[in-house]
Amino acid sequence: MNLALDWRAASTAVAGLLEVREVHLSLGGRRVLQAVNLVAQPGRLLVLVGPNGAGKSSLLGLMAGLCRPSLGSVALDGKPLVRWSATELARRRAMLSQQVRLGFAFRVEEVVMLGRSVHGAATPGMADRQVVEAALQATGAHHLRGRNYLELSGGEQQRVQLARVLAQIWDCRDAPGWLLLDEPEAGLDIAHQHQLLRHARDWAARGYGVVVVLHDLNLAARYADEVALLAQGRLVRHGNVAQALDAEVLSHVYGIRLGRSLTADRHWLFHAQ
Amino acid sequence: MSAVVFAHRRVRSGRGLPLAGLLALLLAMAVVGMASGAMPLPAGEVVGALWRAVMGEAAREGDLVVLMLRLPRVAMATLVGAALACSGATMQGLFRNPLVEPGLIGVSAGAAVGAIGMIVLGGRLLAVLPSVLGSFGIAAAAFAGGLLATVAVYVIGRRRPGVATLLLAGVAINAIAMAGVGLLTFLANEHQLRDLNFWTLGSLGGTDWTRLAAVAPLMLPPLCLLPRYAPGLNALLLGEREAALLGFDPERLRRELIALVALATGAAVAMCGVIGFVGLLVPHVLRMIWGPDHRLLLPASALAGAALLIGADAVARVAVVPAELPIGVITALLGGPFFLWLLLRLRMGEGT
Repeated sequence: MNLALDWRAASTAVAGLLEVREVHLSLGGRRVLQAVNLVAQPGRLLVLVGPNGAGKSSLLGLMAGLCRPSLGSVALDGKPLVRWSATELARRRAMLSQQVRLGFAFRVEEVVMLGRSVHGAATPGMADRQVVEAALQATGAHHLRGRNYLELSGGEQQRVQLARVLAQIWDCRDAPGWLLLDEPEAGLDIAHQHQLLRHARDWAARGYGVVVVLHDLNLAARYADEVALLAQGRLVRHGNVAQALDAEVLSHVYGIRLGRSLTADRHWLFHAQ
Repeated sequence: MSAVVFAHRRVRSGRGLPLAGLLALLLAMAVVGMASGAMPLPAGEVVGALWRAVMGEAAREGDLVVLMLRLPRVAMATLVGAALACSGATMQGLFRNPLVEPGLIGVSAGAAVGAIGMIVLGGRLLAVLPSVLGSFGIAAAAFAGGLLATVAVYVIGRRRPGVATLLLAGVAINAIAMAGVGLLTFLANEHQLRDLNFWTLGSLGGTDWTRLAAVAPLMLPPLCLLPRYAPGLNALLLGEREAALLGFDPERLRRELIALVALATGAAVAMCGVIGFVGLLVPHVLRMIWGPDHRLLLPASALAGAALLIGADAVARVAVVPAELPIGVITALLGGPFFLWLLLRLRMGEGT
């Protein structure tokens, strides 16, 4: 894969940044997010952690431009997401949702090709087919091609969906693409969980911005460049792993005594005490 | 939702071949349709009649039957079949449910109330009008009723996101419309009962160039436009949220698709009554063969639906000569067993 990387040298400070500024979100009278400020940088893997109902998925949805904040704004390249056209935005960021249910029996490569629908022509061309092939290779789902999507296991479906999402932003040439993953490890076995997060880190290394919602603190600690800890709709901590995943703070936030220790290969390991 | 999986028999090929095959089938059925009737004609005679008309050569005996009676009727069957099947494919994709019929958005039931209301209550109005307008009175009332019911379903259904509310609103409006039909049936006299019964079963009888010209402008634009929505419909199969992430506007897609379906189906039902099963069966069968990709499914449904309805109409005309069977009976009678045969022949997915 060849990616032009010259946009890394972009001159303006905000170019490529995905910025959440003073965001509040209320849904049906319930305050889901309050006064959240978070700047995500391309080239880095940002992990969102927090207890159930902390607002992680809502925040990710806002960052994808799926819904509008009640107050505040989310901006990409310094331009609020509400001012982006849907197609332009779809070429820059892709998001893997928690549960994608497909109504009809598409073949695996047809599902991945849906990720290319934003790239213009109604009939996919040779370039689109190559991207689909490469995305299937990248997620280790290439052997599934030709299979009926509905007959795959949950983990296999998840990998195909990830390939679809990758295919959507495969060739972001002019500006860094954004990959937003909502609990992508759900339904995957431990080998595929690690494989997926290694891929996510590789994408970040290539210059993409990657934001992942994770439940597993150990996975977060192992792969994140930055961690944002949310609780009850507020951003509690944001920083590197050691700063954000402080044992005291985590214990308070999760309501269970948590400890952490450093393994021999210098990764934090979290455990209940 | 049914999760019956039919992937094993799916044919891998491009779009060109299936569409060319279906087009050939449609043309063959059109010739068969024009050849059959109370006075059977050889296929060569039919083609000859069309040739002479196009070339401006002297018409022979029998040409008039083809040109003035059977050609407009076959053209009407083509339009109505294409409209119903293409609308059915669209609605099944929009609702992500293979059991949905175009009538779900209330257009058929609303049209029935309009038409039957005109038959039962509008007798005086129809008597006052000149006879040409009178024959259109029922169709106009049906068309208006269908559009009105669709608007009601849409306005209620869009108050909450997702298609579930829309679907339930459709069910409710259908039930209310059916109650209206029941009430009107109760009020009708013997003569009106026979009329409304015939309308309910559907028929292409009485089709001439005038009726065709009246209804074609309503059905052709949706038929040409619907296939353009194929990429959006494909994305919608992932869900509205994913479609939005892929850069489509689900709300706008839904609004425009429902409007086009209401126009096409409303016009079809208004002219020919309720013809069941075409909108459900045709897309379903094609999806079993070629998969759910709407870029093939929508035009293929239109072609196959047209061919099916020409065939059904031919059977309706020759089965009980000199009378005609209602075409709705034929489509259900042919379609039902065929559908069952397909269900039994294709195996179910292991995952279900």
